[in-house]
Amino acid sequence: MAAQGRHGGQESNKMTALVVDDNTVNRMIHHRLLDNLGIENVAVVNGKEAVDIHCSGKTFDLILMDMDMPVMNGIEATRQLREMGIRSMIAGVSTRSMEREIREFIEAGLDDYQEKPLTMSKLISIVHKING
Amino acid sequence: MNIVNQLQRQFIDFSTSLHREGFVDDQFTQLQKLQDENSPDFVVEVVSLFFEDCEKLINNMARALEQTQGVDFKQVDASVHQLKGSSSSIGAMRVKNACISFRSFCEAQNREGCLRCLQQVTHEYSLLKNKLQTLFTLEQQILAAGGSIPVVD
Repeated sequence: MAAQGRHGGQESNKMTALVVDDNTVNRMIHHRLLDNLGIENVAVVNGKEAVDIHCSGKTFDLILMDMDMPVMNGIEATRQLREMGIRSMIAGVSTRSMEREIREFIEAGLDDYQEKPLTMSKLISIVHKING
Repeated sequence: MNIVNQLQRQFIDFSTSLHREGFVDDQFTQLQKLQDENSPDFVVEVVSLFFEDCEKLINNMARALEQTQGVDFKQVDASVHQLKGSSSSIGAMRVKNACISFRSFCEAQNREGCLRCLQQVTHEYSLLKNKLQTLFTLEQQILAAGGSIPVVD
């Protein structure tokens, strides 16, 4: 299930990421974590916005996908992105602990799954998967 | 011991007590480590955002629980879920634990239980707010005295 790292077509060689999370505090923390690693990032607030931003032509090396979100959740968004042919690394991040729920999320097309809260070491392990 | 050392000692002791008493957990330490010259106010900013979020969510829960025609427990649970997420992300352990109990009462559709949990969550949030304000004040005092903030692991 190795993802192909792709640059978003921007002039810089910086890695790019999309944060998908309905929680303001989480978005701020994930933004800071990514910034600290020198990864350019944008944030959207639900799965539908994640799909829409890809429909507008943007792509990212990494997508940090929350599971529980209004309008469209992470499972559905991941499915749709994969159906659209998006091959970016999608890392699911969630507080859910039931194996069944995590499995459903992974089967939707995740490359990696991390339990929240996200820490620097968890993010680094995700990023290594893109490069490795 | 000069003033900077005294303040630093106070800071270390206070930080240690916050961890020991369960107000914050390792996730809070993680956030402190994310702060650097590029984002010197990161912790204060994210904590302020958290408290704003808290107040909004607590109000939502209170309003939903006040409905005499019938409480929408799904709505209450949605707010508790958000608060649990935020508190876990910043390492606000006691607030997070209060949310965990709260969710069980939402699931059981127990209004009395929910009201008690709301009180508990509100209480923990106030306590934490005071504690963190004290911590940030100590940091400011250390910096003003020309010292650096100790890293408490």
